Amino acid sequence: MSAPSQDRLPATEQPHLRLQSGERPLAALYGRNARSVIERGFKVIARQNWAVLVSGFFEPVLYLLAMGLGLGTLVGEVAGPGGAPIAYTAYIAPALLATSAMNGAIYDSTWNVFFKLRFARVYQAMLQTSLGPMDVAIGEIFMALFRGFLYACGFMVVMLVMGLVTSPWAILMVPVALLIAVGFASIGMAVTSYLKSFQQMDVINFVMLPMFLFSATLYPIEVFPEAIQWFIKAMPLWHGVELMRHLAVGFLSAATIGHALYFVAMTVFGVWFTTIRLRALFLR
Amino acid sequence: MQDLQRLAASGRVPAPEVMAARARRWGWWYYVEYWLRTAKAWFQSILIYMVGEPLLYLVALGVGLGTLVDNGVGTVDGVPYLVFVAPALLISTVVMSTGGELTYPVMAGFKWDRLYYGPHATPVTPAQIATGHLIGVLIRFVVQSLIFWAIMVAFDAVPRGVLVSALVIPIGVLSAAAFGALLQAYASTLQDEGYQFAFVQRFVIMPMFLFAGTFFPLSAMPVYLHWVGWISPVWHGTQLARQVTYGAVEPAWLTVVHVLFLLALTVVGVLWARRSYTRRMGS
Amino acid sequence: MPPVTSVVPGDPIVVAEDLTKVYGDNRAVDGISFSISQGESFGLLGPNGAGKSTTMRMIGGTLTRTGGTMRVAGLDPAERGPEVRAHLGVVPQQDNLDEELTVRDNLIVYGRYFGLPHSYLRTKADELIEFAQLTEKAKAKTTALSGGMKRRLTIARALVNEPKLLLLDEPTTGLDPQARHVLWDRLFRLKEVGVTLVVTTHFMDEAEQLCDRLIVIDHGRIMAEGSPRALIREHSTREVVEVRFGAQRNAAVVDQLEDVATRLEVLPDRILVYTDDGEAALEEITGRGLNPITSLVRRSSLEDVFLRLTGRTLVD
Repeated sequence: MSAPSQDRLPATEQPHLRLQSGERPLAALYGRNARSVIERGFKVIARQNWAVLVSGFFEPVLYLLAMGLGLGTLVGEVAGPGGAPIAYTAYIAPALLATSAMNGAIYDSTWNVFFKLRFARVYQAMLQTSLGPMDVAIGEIFMALFRGFLYACGFMVVMLVMGLVTSPWAILMVPVALLIAVGFASIGMAVTSYLKSFQQMDVINFVMLPMFLFSATLYPIEVFPEAIQWFIKAMPLWHGVELMRHLAVGFLSAATIGHALYFVAMTVFGVWFTTIRLRALFLR
Repeated sequence: MQDLQRLAASGRVPAPEVMAARARRWGWWYYVEYWLRTAKAWFQSILIYMVGEPLLYLVALGVGLGTLVDNGVGTVDGVPYLVFVAPALLISTVVMSTGGELTYPVMAGFKWDRLYYGPHATPVTPAQIATGHLIGVLIRFVVQSLIFWAIMVAFDAVPRGVLVSALVIPIGVLSAAAFGALLQAYASTLQDEGYQFAFVQRFVIMPMFLFAGTFFPLSAMPVYLHWVGWISPVWHGTQLARQVTYGAVEPAWLTVVHVLFLLALTVVGVLWARRSYTRRMGS
Repeated sequence: MPPVTSVVPGDPIVVAEDLTKVYGDNRAVDGISFSISQGESFGLLGPNGAGKSTTMRMIGGTLTRTGGTMRVAGLDPAERGPEVRAHLGVVPQQDNLDEELTVRDNLIVYGRYFGLPHSYLRTKADELIEFAQLTEKAKAKTTALSGGMKRRLTIARALVNEPKLLLLDEPTTGLDPQARHVLWDRLFRLKEVGVTLVVTTHFMDEAEQLCDRLIVIDHGRIMAEGSPRALIREHSTREVVEVRFGAQRNAAVVDQLEDVATRLEVLPDRILVYTDDGEAALEEITGRGLNPITSLVRRSSLEDVFLRLTGRTLVD
């Protein structure tokens, strides 16, 4: 009677380790109801302290005022895209919009996800229902993009008022802010699946801060040796900053497309990465 | 079998009156000891941060951004931009660190982990817990300022001399105490979930970093914004720090104002925090 | 939206075979098999860390198993998690109410996760609030609720999709006695209307009150299975005498008690004397001049079954 133990499947062949079952792709992960997660998000926003939501908009604006107007008096004009000199404020504004899109997306996909997962147990409750991890991920990324959209629109208005919008192409900065956000958010969520404590969250800040300080946001990267420049150019934020800057002044070239494609590729990779990490993130 | 008689009464514990008297005098330090013990667990990651942050800021904002300024107006306040901005970065980063150390951890002490209530059940008083927590954090800032200063020396950003410039360490700690004690006191009054900290971060700490003479002299801003600097511990600390690192010139009375302002804020903050802790834990 | 498969009447609603969960070196669930019939009230009894919650989470497919098979309503939860969970109501060990929403919104939003329409949820939410006895608190935030209220709301929330199978992980841990009895009453009524209950607990009285049948788990393995009464009959005597002689004397008197009892258990603080007639045994003990400091005669419980099977007490 020892036979049964031998029909046990080796662990690697366990059927549930596959991402999809026969009938519908991703049936194990997706309950086709991300909408309900989004509804919850809007319900929370409606009841939330509105000032908290609005205050997120001020951070890039404060940077713009301090660095643009204050520091601008020390710097004067700098070379914009294509080499034409532009005011320092006009130089940093698009970069600040790109940075703000990155920061918001990373915050929402790492800190916020981690908190709701481990402390508020919001996702635990969602996953007790007929939702799958993918519904949760899609719903939460959508909410992050919604907030990003509001902030981007607000920042555009500030730029308009300050006379920093000089090209009709600048309207594309809003969708580009969303593209940057979705790229970072998709990677951020996958990274969160590896995190075990809040302390490790500092590691993320340790990638973000240098990226902000060095990605041609406040000064051109030409001040650095060429090897460092190449390294910076491999990082996503630099592409976001350049893309925004091109659109802001309407200087479009093949490079503009290249920068955009960088983010499209990053998003595709991020979504794939997050999908294969969904179990590790939510079902542990 | 364990000798429970000895466990319950070994005779080696001083009389309750003696323990109480010791705690009356040294209770604050017992809490500092406790804080340092828990901080040991994070020390490694904090250390990387304390070394990494000055390096990043000095390279990016001192050297990188400095290139733009040197091509623009040339020197600022008579010195290269790196020398001008370095002491300000030291003060602001140390003051900004209070935003992490004296907000959520205070909330955790009262509410989430209720860490304060352990010592509260001993002869240590709530006021001593408040002061102990602040001093523990300030010890961290001593290390943080020291590291930043050493890196400034390595960047050759202290033309007034290494020895004199070491005064930025106490100046940094005093600036952090001035803001930190107030922040701690405010945090101890919050009953709610602490979303207020996001406001403090965005509307107090961030503007202090950006508008209080860190990246450009206050005079580069319109006069009607100068008050932001005047009420900000960061500006007062930065102006002191600039004197000791590159010999910024200022009337003597203003220097006295800087020191008095920082001391006064510290005293007010500490007293307020002690009162608030006592009230909250006593009720 | 009706689930794709429906439960066949008469078939077991949960079947687990050789279920295993391994974390690193720790075999949290180590090859357990059980099956649960429809309408039955099934218990998983064991100390903290025995593997009860882990088993529960694998039933809902919110935790990936390492090995074995599992069928819930005929489906594999690991492959068809969302559909399996559409059949379930889950009450986790720690309440996970949405603290950013009101009591009523908690119910509605949770129902939306099942894809239920607003028209249904509006009336359902009110019924559930009544069931949870929270009518006064409907518009309050969940942070304003007491422990017992939160627990009732969590249970009410688990009923929003009218599940056939309710999973309750330590439903009354941390509640005061009165709140526990209120909860047991609610659960009993659900059982009466045919809801299948699966309950984990480390409380004997709870298992005895709520479960028709249970498995005793320790270190991720099944130690025994049966109805509470059958388990007691099989693994214990009818009554127990608990006697205390003080820390120094307990060990010394054991020898003199051997022949009074069917079986003896010596715990650090007391001695358990297993016998079918407790009063008689106690009389015999005092008759021998052993004079315990305290003594108590009680009926055997599942606690004694657990002690017999594992050599350990349940709550330590």
